[in-house]
Amino acid sequence: MNIDKELDARGLSCPLPILRTKKTLSDMSSGELLKVIATDSGAPKDMQAFSNQTGHELIETSEMNGEYTFVFKKK
Amino acid sequence: MKKMAIIASKGTLDMAYPPFILASTAAALGFEVKVFFTFYGLQLLKKDLSDVKISPLGNPAMPMPVPMPSLVQVIPGMESMATMMMKDKLKKKGVASLEELRDMCLEAGVILIACQMTLDLFDFKRDDLIEGIEYGGAATYLDFAGDSNVSLFV
Repeated sequence: MNIDKELDARGLSCPLPILRTKKTLSDMSSGELLKVIATDSGAPKDMQAFSNQTGHELIETSEMNGEYTFVFKKK
Repeated sequence: MKKMAIIASKGTLDMAYPPFILASTAAALGFEVKVFFTFYGLQLLKKDLSDVKISPLGNPAMPMPVPMPSLVQVIPGMESMATMMMKDKLKKKGVASLEELRDMCLEAGVILIACQMTLDLFDFKRDDLIEGIEYGGAATYLDFAGDSNVSLFV
């Protein structure tokens, strides 16, 4: 997978991971991939909700040692 | 476009968070958002937010490091101490500050409306409040809230 941009949202609580994700995506072009790393355990549900509402596709979600990784495809 | 209308009527640190968190998040999710600040909520639009405090008094649900009887909580300085401890905890846990969330709301195009009646009632000056906000009354709120998908009173 060709990641175009990476966002480190580790240590941030709700709603900062979502706000930073939104901000980062707005500087990107359609079709580009953004990888977000977060430690907020509410993030998996919130990131999915963000994707549902905005249409930026969440193409991958994974968890390892308390760190969550999300890959968004910009709408 | 979905819309969200919020009334923010409280001016304590704990009750200041929900309107700013929901407004900034809704804006990030593509909602058009307006927040109407009335009565004590108007404190949240002041340039200086250092008056926004938390009080453990009358709030038995507030987690305390040590149990504290109400009679102790009335001692002068307890409110400032509780506020300091709460702000410290928020920072340590990676929660944004109120100033930060408010800035992000403005940046995201959230419309913040100050209740003109409250402004007059408490003798606040427009100069005390931050720039870039609007002023209005109940009808202004209802004009927007009537077409909103989400409408909340905080």
